[in-house]
Amino acid sequence: MATIATVLFNGVAYGMLLFIMSVGLSVTMGMMNFVNLAHASFSMLGGYVLVVVTQQLGLPFLVSLPLAFIIAGLVSIILERTVFRYFYGTDDLTQVLLTLGLIFMSIAIVTYFWGGTYQQISVPPWFTGQQDVFGLTLERYRMFLVAVGAVLAVVMIFGLERTRFGACVRACVDNARVARACGLNTELVFAVTFAIGGGLAGLAGALSANLLGIDPNFPLRYLVYLLIVVSVGGMGTITGTLVAALLLGVADVAGKYYAPEIGGFVIYTITVLVMLWRPHGLMGRRA
Amino acid sequence: MSTITEPATATRTLANQYFAGLARWSIWEILFWAALVGLFFVPDANLPLYGQIVIWGLFAMSLDLLLGYRGIPSLGHAAFFGIGGYAAGYLGKFGWTEPISGLVIAALLAGIIGWLTGRLIQRVSGIALLMVTLGLNLILYDIVHRQSGLTGGDDGLQGIEIAPVLGLFRFDIFGRTAYLYALAITFVLFLVARALVKSPFGLALLGARENPRRMIMLGAPLERDVTTVFAIAAAFAGAAGAVLTQTTQFVSPTALSFQRSADVLVILIIGGTGRLYGGFVGAFVFLFLRDWLAELSPVYWYFWIGLLLVVMVAFFRNGIVPSLETLVGRLRRR
Amino acid sequence: MTDPQNSPILEARDLHMAFGGLVVFERLNFALGRGERHAIIGPNGAGKTTFVSLVTGLLRPTSGDVLFDGRVITQETPQQRVKAGIARTFQINSLFKALNPLASLVIALAQRDGRANVSLRSVSRERKLIDEANELLVKFGLAGDALTVTETLPYGKQRLLEVALAFALRPQLLLLDEPAAGLSTAQGHELFRQLAVLTADTTVLFIEHDMNLVFRYADRVSVFAAGALVVQGTPDQIRTHARVREVYLGT
Repeated sequence: MATIATVLFNGVAYGMLLFIMSVGLSVTMGMMNFVNLAHASFSMLGGYVLVVVTQQLGLPFLVSLPLAFIIAGLVSIILERTVFRYFYGTDDLTQVLLTLGLIFMSIAIVTYFWGGTYQQISVPPWFTGQQDVFGLTLERYRMFLVAVGAVLAVVMIFGLERTRFGACVRACVDNARVARACGLNTELVFAVTFAIGGGLAGLAGALSANLLGIDPNFPLRYLVYLLIVVSVGGMGTITGTLVAALLLGVADVAGKYYAPEIGGFVIYTITVLVMLWRPHGLMGRRA
Repeated sequence: MSTITEPATATRTLANQYFAGLARWSIWEILFWAALVGLFFVPDANLPLYGQIVIWGLFAMSLDLLLGYRGIPSLGHAAFFGIGGYAAGYLGKFGWTEPISGLVIAALLAGIIGWLTGRLIQRVSGIALLMVTLGLNLILYDIVHRQSGLTGGDDGLQGIEIAPVLGLFRFDIFGRTAYLYALAITFVLFLVARALVKSPFGLALLGARENPRRMIMLGAPLERDVTTVFAIAAAFAGAAGAVLTQTTQFVSPTALSFQRSADVLVILIIGGTGRLYGGFVGAFVFLFLRDWLAELSPVYWYFWIGLLLVVMVAFFRNGIVPSLETLVGRLRRR
Repeated sequence: MTDPQNSPILEARDLHMAFGGLVVFERLNFALGRGERHAIIGPNGAGKTTFVSLVTGLLRPTSGDVLFDGRVITQETPQQRVKAGIARTFQINSLFKALNPLASLVIALAQRDGRANVSLRSVSRERKLIDEANELLVKFGLAGDALTVTETLPYGKQRLLEVALAFALRPQLLLLDEPAAGLSTAQGHELFRQLAVLTADTTVLFIEHDMNLVFRYADRVSVFAAGALVVQGTPDQIRTHARVREVYLGT
């Protein structure tokens, strides 16, 4: 019988996962105004990297995480340079359709190599099971997720505020045209941001495999959640994404636990209401 | 830049001819509908598939009114298709088996919900608009999916009975009646849509799509026109849903799933927006391709559809019908 | 008893406009006489376009009132004001890029006459509208480009169409925001010459930077600077006014 605190904690863990998965999309959407639905595919890719690394290569779980980040980051930067950048400036619908097509292709590719069923995932023994923390019984893996999410959030917010690259990112999100006019190498900033964002999506995919499972339908299943987090939080903001992801995670888990008949309803209703009240998201710019 | 350059009468004739030309039926249009009727008489024709194409064409056409003519994108248009489908289903289940009146009621219901939606999204645009339409669709799907006591859940609505059309034509298993019924309803609604887009109201929709601010400064009632076109688009989508339910005597939550909303959007984009026929051409291409590819490689047809989408967006963004128009125009000028 | 013919057609009373912390108008008072050809001049950022947007209803003032024909219209929507008789052009063309001038004018006329409600009646049946659109095209020298896609028209013709659309509404008050912007000197003069003829019965308020045009066509001139109406008078008075030189060139 889980207590409210446990449910809340599980919600936060799920939210952290959504945060890591979505933050790249939020920043690239805010910066290049590019709706990249294929971001969900980057996540899936990370999940399959985990599968290959741990199941087929037999390497440790913790090694697969940075590998997932790197490989997903590489794929996203390649796509950005070869395909996406020709579509900057086109309308939202065009980008949605383009990246939707890419999702379809990624699903087929993944099915070709690994089949259509859920993949076997195994995590090291000290990530399984539960732990007593301050009188609460919490799952270890979820604690790991919260820890990783918190560290990444702090690093990103610090990086954004205090580093030179972070300043470049903020400038480009605010007004890329002016940033370019000021001498900023926006192409480079775009590419690097895309790489980091895609890498984070891959990392999230690897992290989520244990919790959510990895199969070819992953992108279509989680695409909606990504879009909700990014639009409710506000594009181009890290804190906004964090807030929305945690809100969504808690609402989803609490909803499924306390009112299973309503479930997904709650999240969608929140999304619609927020979009009607604050079209740029809770913490979006240009409000 | 002088005030009178040529006699006003010459240009007046030109102006009237222009609009008369827009209203006139082209040979392609006549051939199109003749071909659809002709399909019925082709021996061993796959009428169930063609019936599907016609229904999807109607569904995509309804989205065209919204997106192509008024410029309002929607990721949740299947909601109206499903509302019409379930309405027709409930009518058939609880004794109202006459199809045509059932269809009208279902379409009206979808239209009313569409009108309400139009009122809701007045001030929303861009990503927020996509998210609201998506969110509303998902809410509806969730409710229908979960309330299995009322809706039959994933198994769908059972026990739907539809009486023969006009008391004479029973819906048979070969899909003969179904095809003609779908075609007849679609043609009637197409005539309405065609007249609508070629009317001054249709021009106003185009103007609002091109430049809402200019329309405001001409005194145009933008809010009222948005709710009107939303209601009409929803009613037509509902009609398509109702036809599907009636011809198959079945409806399930997939009728209002996000998948369906995405599919109809893809179909319309492939065929081309703003031409009314784009939806039908897109449906032909999409359904034929899916049928053919799924047979060839049941697991990998997704790849080819995805590639088609990418290629279309990259090189034929306007879709098939407008691209053909441009091509024909260029050939003519040779 | 005030003679209705002599009362101002447009009035701004204690108009205060602020965007957050930025105050555009502190307390603007302005009156425009019926039938006047009135020019508003002033350096950039003086609030001229903001003023026009306040009159047309695209913006609402933070406080104060706008009156048209003696009636307070401050809370009226832009569409209501258009129906009351106000029309405007934009500094940057606001046209239907993918449509042609003929269709664009038919749209304007259909809105004016309330003939754009939901119907199944073909546009080709609207003979009166099409004929009037045609006459407008001839009047503005666009007859030869009636069916050309607006986007492909040269800038000068697009500008003419912009004015034609506003003029099509047969407004009582025509607001032109830098109508000659982007036109050559000759084109600008030609445009104003035509307007002078076409707008004999209309009150015209125009913003302009070209002083030659202002001095030739305006009856009265208002000088806006830093959100205030600084000077008002006839073109001759303005031309020689010391304050005006100050406003434009600094002391």
